[in-house]
Amino acid sequence: MEKLSNKERMKIKRQTMPEQDSTKRRNNFLEVNLGFTEELARMEALRCIQCPKPTCVEGCPVNVKIKDFIALVAEGDYLGAAAKIKEDNMLPAVCGRVCPQEEQCEVKCVVGKKNDAVAIGRLERFVADYERQHSGAKIPEIKKKTGKKVAIIGSGPAGLSCAGDLIQMGHEVTVFEALHELGGVLIYGIPEFRLPKEIVKAEVESLKKLGVDFQTNAVIGFTDTIDELFQNGYDAVFIAVGAGLPHFLKIPGENLNGVYSANEFLTRVNLMKAYKFPEFDTPVFHCKDKNVAVFGGGNTAMDAVRTSKRLGAKNAYIIYRRSDVEMPARKEEIHHAQEEGIEFIFLSNPVEFIGDKNGWLKGVKVQKMELGEPDASGRRRPVPIEGSEYIIDIDMAVIAIGNGSNPIIQKTTPDLQFNKWGNIVVDEATMKTSKQGVFAGGDIVTGGATVILAMGAGRKAAAAISEYLNGINKK
Amino acid sequence: MYKILFAEFIAPNVKKFKIEAPKIAKKRKAGQFVIIRVDETGERVPLTIADSNVEEGSITIIAQSVGKTTKQLNELETGDYIHDVVGPLGKPSHIEKFGVAVSIGGGVGTAIAYPTAVALKQAGNYTISIVGGRSKEYVILEKEMKEVCDEVYVTTDDGSYGYHGFVTQKLKDLIDAKRQIDFVLAIGPIPMMKAVAEVTRKLKIKTMVSLNPIMVDGTGMCGGCRATVDNKTVFVCVDGPEFDAHKVDFEILERRNRTYREDEELALKNFAKKIHEPALVEEEEKESE
Ligand SMILES: Cc1cc2nc3c(=O)[nH]c(=O)nc-3n(C[C@H](O)[C@H](O)[C@H](O)COP(=O)(O)OP(=O)(O)OC[C@H]3O[C@@H](n4cnc5c(N)ncnc54)[C@H](O)[C@@H]3O)c2cc1C
Ligand SMILES: Cc1cc2nc3c(=O)[nH]c(=O)nc-3n(C[C@H](O)[C@H](O)[C@H](O)COP(=O)(O)OP(=O)(O)OC[C@H]3O[C@@H](n4cnc5c(N)ncnc54)[C@H](O)[C@@H]3O)c2cc1C
Ligand code: SF4
Ligand code: SF4
Ligand code: FES
Repeated sequence: MEKLSNKERMKIKRQTMPEQDSTKRRNNFLEVNLGFTEELARMEALRCIQCPKPTCVEGCPVNVKIKDFIALVAEGDYLGAAAKIKEDNMLPAVCGRVCPQEEQCEVKCVVGKKNDAVAIGRLERFVADYERQHSGAKIPEIKKKTGKKVAIIGSGPAGLSCAGDLIQMGHEVTVFEALHELGGVLIYGIPEFRLPKEIVKAEVESLKKLGVDFQTNAVIGFTDTIDELFQNGYDAVFIAVGAGLPHFLKIPGENLNGVYSANEFLTRVNLMKAYKFPEFDTPVFHCKDKNVAVFGGGNTAMDAVRTSKRLGAKNAYIIYRRSDVEMPARKEEIHHAQEEGIEFIFLSNPVEFIGDKNGWLKGVKVQKMELGEPDASGRRRPVPIEGSEYIIDIDMAVIAIGNGSNPIIQKTTPDLQFNKWGNIVVDEATMKTSKQGVFAGGDIVTGGATVILAMGAGRKAAAAISEYLNGINKK
Repeated sequence: MYKILFAEFIAPNVKKFKIEAPKIAKKRKAGQFVIIRVDETGERVPLTIADSNVEEGSITIIAQSVGKTTKQLNELETGDYIHDVVGPLGKPSHIEKFGVAVSIGGGVGTAIAYPTAVALKQAGNYTISIVGGRSKEYVILEKEMKEVCDEVYVTTDDGSYGYHGFVTQKLKDLIDAKRQIDFVLAIGPIPMMKAVAEVTRKLKIKTMVSLNPIMVDGTGMCGGCRATVDNKTVFVCVDGPEFDAHKVDFEILERRNRTYREDEELALKNFAKKIHEPALVEEEEKESE
């Protein structure tokens, strides 16, 4: 590694990642961020002062060995760096792109106290992309076959990471996925311009090479129940079905034509490729030259509104009932949205959708809000201002106010314990549920969270499942 | 990929398929459906499981070509493959011994009503079925219905076969003849289901209809299939597809089903061009007037 003093390192500015120009990108679905070049990556890596006590690692939910991988990047050993990250994070190409780094690893970076934090996420992304584009991920060694079989329900980050670990421990693994494509939210929710689907496909391919069996079009609960999985010879089950139940606003006019849940809008566009209609058969509302409003302030809302812009929306609004500081979306996404011409309407709450005589959405009545006392989440609670209602003309609305948990598993597995929100109750250390041999993790346990947390839960469960399997004797 | 073991037209534009899907065959119950995707660029569309054969590991679906996807499906032959088939989805029909149960199928709706009629019979009901079609050639599953039901009436709109009139008129006749009716199942075009609901509403005869909103995933994840029943929003794919006819808001359903009208016409036209069927293009143009 180049011998630089900490002072010299601190002088290096945080490298900017090249990105597609905002006037161009608002018309296409190609990735916005273009990634570091080798030069930029090494320069950025030199900014890390290699702390004896790297606090950054504590900020990462799965404790990626950040200091060590960055040292390898600085030395130019990118494949070594990739291997180092993968000791803890199975999906670095994904997490490097979508982790809320600014509030996890990077916020804890020492350099960030005085200057800008080391761009840990971007380095992670660079390393993972380098590995995929060069050597191709090398196939890890697989332990001797144990003869034990595990069924994993759901192919989102929790399911995929659990599958990856278990197969390497020598167990047989089948992943059951309800949809026709693998990847969960990474495929149907997060848009191409933020996470190219090719990356998710590459992750799935490498698991296939390791011997993971994937069964699409399998809705567990309907196609097979969990008990039937056991009857079919599986020794353990991991439930990773995510948080797939869209919340609606429950206001008048919500069933007008042109009102979507974020899940439906994004699924049509991402999974079904409606943005390529009629080459692909699935249609979606023609946003071209229309006014679109997205309700909500999280990543999902940003994804939906930026998607509508790319579909040609004239005006695309985010309508959020709190103020900008309370918005849960990543700063980077908000910033990108602003650059792309998205308009933000804060402290406004929809109270009614208004339709034309044919039942098509024409406008939304919103009520202005002011911020009151902090609520349980510590955020200041929005309070409606009487008599402040006004109408915004819109042609399409997307409701992105979060997801509850899908009840299919609950309804078909009576002996599994759920909490009152429909999340599965688990032992936090082992992800064990109330049902023998059944484990759960990811959004179905936590409620809508993050990719890295889901991935971490999948790995934690894999370790516990393996221990459980080694303790049981096959009949 | 799911193999088509057998395919044949049973009425103009209505084709019956046996598809290899052993798991679904074993699990399915009356009233449930599958979602299929014909090919890699295809749309996900729901179709009711009309029948199944566990030994053969097959399910039967009956599709009427109304647009691009069903048209494309109905071009497939024995030995071809369907890219994706997922199911069984939806809640099974609520079956109990009601007494006298009348199953009404309009057009391809008969295919959807058929499995439930079978289950109603098996549950010990005296079963009557009314099978309607535009004209003689559109009447489907008459023979199959006759095998399971105690009485079968065929109606045609033009009188070319059976009773001359709508299914609702036949139902009214039964009511006027003071026949005991304890339960009605009505499946077909929305105006038909609405009309049946009006006939039975006054008499407080329990009536179920199977709703056909536009679906995407079929697992309750997108909310696109929402309908209004009893003034509440339901997700038809997981809460249904069968609901109390007297509580359904058919106007909203009808309206939401029109959401993609223009796109659907374009897709169909493109497909007709692709398979060199100019007649179809013109025919559709006439119909949409
Ligand atoms: C639009 C959007 C944007 C987001 N952006 C970010 C971001 O920028 N950064 C971030 O960290 N997080 C983000 N998230 C959150 C993140 O995607 C989720 O926390 C994460 O994907 C959860 O992973 P999971 O494995 O628990 O479930 P999921 O990814 O939801 O996967 C669950 C899978 O299980 C399948 N399934 C469900 N039921 C069944 C069944 N009965 N049988 C078989 N299969 C079933 C589903 O089809 C799905 O494929 C975003 C979420 C959304 C919706
Ligand atoms: C639970 C259920 C069971 C059904 N069972 C049968 C059956 O057994 N046999 C049969 O012939 N038809 C059945 N249908 C209707 C069938 O799904 C539609 O005719 C088909 O989707 C039309 O697609 P298309 O591309 O051919 O036509 P399009 O031209 O795309 O659409 C024609 C009409 O079909 C409806 N439709 C379009 N796309 C969808 C979609 N993705 N999901 C649902 N409806 C859509 C709309 O009302 C539209 O106006 C069922 C529908 C539901 C919801
Ligand atoms: S996984 Fe996420 S939080 Fe952890 S180091 Fe990587 S970018 Fe940071
Ligand atoms: S805290 Fe920052 S400077 Fe220290 S090791 Fe981590 S990334 Fe490097
Ligand atoms: S089809 Fe998506 S929720 Fe019913």
